[in-house]
Amino acid sequence: MIFSYYPGCTLKTKAKDLDIYARLSAQALGITLDELPEWQCCGAVYPMAKDEIATKLSSVRSLISAKEQGNDLITLCSACHNVMKQVNNDMQSDVVIAEKINNYLQPGVPYHGETRVIHYLEMLRDKVGFDVLAQKVKNPFTGRKIAAYYGCVLLRPASVMQMDDPENPVIMENFIRAIGGEPVIYPYRNECCGGYVTLENNELVGKNSVKVLASAEQNGAEMILTACPLCLYNLDKNNADHKVPVIYFTELLAEALGVKNEGEKENAGN
Amino acid sequence: MQAIRSNLTEQVLRTSGVNVRKCMRCGKCSGSCPSYDEMDYHPHQFVYMVEKGDIDALMQSSYRCLSCMACVERCPRGVAPASLIEAIRLMVVRQQGQNHLKADQIPALLDKNLPQQAIVSAFRKYSK
Repeated sequence: MIFSYYPGCTLKTKAKDLDIYARLSAQALGITLDELPEWQCCGAVYPMAKDEIATKLSSVRSLISAKEQGNDLITLCSACHNVMKQVNNDMQSDVVIAEKINNYLQPGVPYHGETRVIHYLEMLRDKVGFDVLAQKVKNPFTGRKIAAYYGCVLLRPASVMQMDDPENPVIMENFIRAIGGEPVIYPYRNECCGGYVTLENNELVGKNSVKVLASAEQNGAEMILTACPLCLYNLDKNNADHKVPVIYFTELLAEALGVKNEGEKENAGN
Repeated sequence: MQAIRSNLTEQVLRTSGVNVRKCMRCGKCSGSCPSYDEMDYHPHQFVYMVEKGDIDALMQSSYRCLSCMACVERCPRGVAPASLIEAIRLMVVRQQGQNHLKADQIPALLDKNLPQQAIVSAFRKYSK
């Protein structure tokens, strides 16, 4: 299976683990992730305003690039995923936005959201299959209590993201089961850590992040999984009293598939 | 002055694409909001203050929204309070010299683990 792949800004810098382990795991699963050539940063938050056009252009360029490659587009960072899917939805359903963007970019063929955007977790669920993944696991996390942290934008708004039930999601829990672990269900798993407000209001982000950490810990979590570099940063920063490790889900995947050592080598070289 | 006020309200409605009249005042948005305690005006208040044309007060107080989409997801009437807050923020930062976050401030805010994603999204939310 071949997919186009959009890593996004942070996966090339502060969140290399999220990227490296995703690539190694994909390889182990027989999947080729073909990184888009010359991709640009998506902007990290979806521009909600109806009259924002320029801030959507970089995402549309990536979407068109994937269309030209003829592949579905895999995203990994929760924020990139949200922006890509929502902008793609605009190109499909908002005539004014699509018209203005096509007029500006002048692609050979006007783009109307033909590319399918799929999160890496959706790829594991829908393309690989959690049952097939389970069979390929070499180092199962048997007996380990693992909490999935969805955060805010991986699943919301569900009408556009169409990935899972945003109030009672199962995709990450089923992933945890596939790698042999025991998912911990806790109330704050889909509440926001505080996101970008971390830059100007540590106190607010601290309160939110501690609620998530405490909630996971009280329900017996040994570790917390995320797909978002900003969630990981905010939770880690406020983890002093809790000390529940916060880990990218791809790192656990690589460990389960027995390819984590290769990632550590790759990381040491950076 | 009255004409200017209504123009401001129309701009917010147009930019956000929100139909405030769909709101049935159930308060689920504010009940869902993780920043509720931090805000001068809560999500449900944003909706009816925009409906009344009370935009000035909101323009002073729109930086506590996390854009987490909880209110958007949970509104039974599809009102999207977060889109109103975004539109009001834009009314401010689109004014010349009114950026809430300036590039000069960034070096002092950096730490070794801060992901690029935080800076990029803060600029998107706070600056033009």
